[in-house]
Amino acid sequence: MSLLQVENLSISFARYAGWLRREIIMPVRQLDLALQAGEITALVGASGSGKSLLAHAILGILPANASLGGSILYKGEKLTAARQAKLRGKDIMLVPQSVTYLDPLMRSGAQVCLAARGGDPRKLQRAAFRRYRLDNEVEQMYPHQLSGGMARRIMAASAFVSGACMIIADEPTPGMQAEDAAETMKWFRELADQGHAVLLITHDLEAAVAGADRIAVMNAGMTVEWLPASHFSDKGERLQHPYSRALWNSLPANGFYVPQSDWRAVSSREGPGCPFASCCELAAAICREEQPGMREGERGWVRCHAS
Amino acid sequence: MPGWLKFAFGKSVRLAALLAAVSIITFVLISFSPVDPVRAYIGADMMTVGAEQRLDIAVYWGLDQPPLERFLKWVSSMIQGDFGSSMIYREPVAGVIAERFWYSLSLMAAAWLLSGLIGFAAGSAAAMNRGGWLDRVIQWVCYTIASTPSFWIGMLLLMVFAVWLGWLPAGLGVPAGVAAEQVTIADRIRHMVLPAAALSIAGISAVALHTRQKLIDILDSDFVLYARAKGERGWQLYRNHGLRNIALPAMTLQLASFSELFGGAVLAEQVFTYPGLGHATVEAGLRGDVPLLMGLVLFSTLFVFTGNTAADVLYRLVDPRIRGHENDSRNV
Repeated sequence: MSLLQVENLSISFARYAGWLRREIIMPVRQLDLALQAGEITALVGASGSGKSLLAHAILGILPANASLGGSILYKGEKLTAARQAKLRGKDIMLVPQSVTYLDPLMRSGAQVCLAARGGDPRKLQRAAFRRYRLDNEVEQMYPHQLSGGMARRIMAASAFVSGACMIIADEPTPGMQAEDAAETMKWFRELADQGHAVLLITHDLEAAVAGADRIAVMNAGMTVEWLPASHFSDKGERLQHPYSRALWNSLPANGFYVPQSDWRAVSSREGPGCPFASCCELAAAICREEQPGMREGERGWVRCHAS
Repeated sequence: MPGWLKFAFGKSVRLAALLAAVSIITFVLISFSPVDPVRAYIGADMMTVGAEQRLDIAVYWGLDQPPLERFLKWVSSMIQGDFGSSMIYREPVAGVIAERFWYSLSLMAAAWLLSGLIGFAAGSAAAMNRGGWLDRVIQWVCYTIASTPSFWIGMLLLMVFAVWLGWLPAGLGVPAGVAAEQVTIADRIRHMVLPAAALSIAGISAVALHTRQKLIDILDSDFVLYARAKGERGWQLYRNHGLRNIALPAMTLQLASFSELFGGAVLAEQVFTYPGLGHATVEAGLRGDVPLLMGLVLFSTLFVFTGNTAADVLYRLVDPRIRGHENDSRNV
């Protein structure tokens, strides 16, 4: 059984356009995902594809005007608001992306102590500092005194002291030098090896392929394919969805191939047919008439008629 | 030069320039004022006082000399510590201000504390329950108060508590007809309650609305989102991150509000005929008492400047971001 199972999740926001007209925008439309204990699962997609919203939806910290469709199951039970409030920071922990997520007026040691569960906070914090190679003086520092690397260690240490069995890392590596990114990925691998389930939300496909066990590819609010990370290899022959292939082949190491179609130009209309029918090179008649369902493939699934 | 010395020197220069500018502007404004001090002084006895006597009074006060000469004379004696004598009270200006300052100080201190504490609590409660009924009620009350003139609040309080209920005296700083030695502290407090209440009610809305907005900004920040993700909520979230991040701006705002406090005191004291600085300022202005008005203007400038400087110093002492920055620049 999966630790976390996300089924057909949609997230929409109601907002007022002008004075009276209320409009609904739906940045996440069809998101399916499963997390296993002991594994790193990466959710990969371009910026603005709705990835970070998944983290907030799992934790139950979406803004008040958001509404959810579909379901999220944690340990086989539906994740209700009341359960989320109980599990946040205890079972499920977020690792945010930048120093702006630390309270600017609180010493970093105290911030890590606040995250500690099950034991003496100070002792847990000291142990976590040793583990992430943070000097004792860093305890007394305020966020503006920390380097980017120290801030990341502080946030990793916070996740460690929480004792949570599920870690959600939101864009942990972008903008980092290769060795820093590798170190960060090593931390998550260690946590996974200890039996944690790690969800890595990123737009860095290369880092995801190198560090994760499974990858869910997302575009325009939809997960289009779910597959083992090892399937991203060579020319992408084992990838089923045309978007996954386009993403893989556009990496510098794989020929920098620029896709002929613009995958961001998906139709936002609700209706029959695949939302990518207008921009996919492989689109056939059926793609315009019928929405593709999830089709089981080799150790994964894909949402495509053409594959 | 050490940082604090540079800071003190800069502040002193600024204060001196400010006081000079304020006294020049005040004096120019008074010279253009249509109020004739002699006429205001004599008042209803105008018919019985001849033109010659009026001229004598003007000469006695030095009003026959050109304005620039009068101003320079005032400046030179002021620098020697002599603020001159009030025309209407016939006492040294410094003495009048000192005596009235104690009345105003207790009034303003009470109002300052009350409006600060109540406003801060109300603003925090509103922001923590954003969009809820409590937030709506608090905002509604605040906007109502903010759009109500403070003298009108004062008159309302007078009507209810002094006239209808008869609980509190309607005016003055001490009971009428009681010898000064027999006035008790309780008497003074009873006379201060209504003006202080009027002054604090007027101040609450600004503090509450500022606190609410500032706290909402904090609650929308990345670090509060992360704190929520870590399971913090409610009072714990407020204490750990909300209070910590709004306490300093709130204190600064409160210290910087001395000018509004003084302005409010003028109206409140007028309504309650409370013998403080505000009341004296109105009297001096209406009756053309130039020395007293000049003294009061300089004193209130100093008062407001002190508040702003205290806010500045507080930031430097408390905020680790500014404190750290100062240390860095010293090391360079």
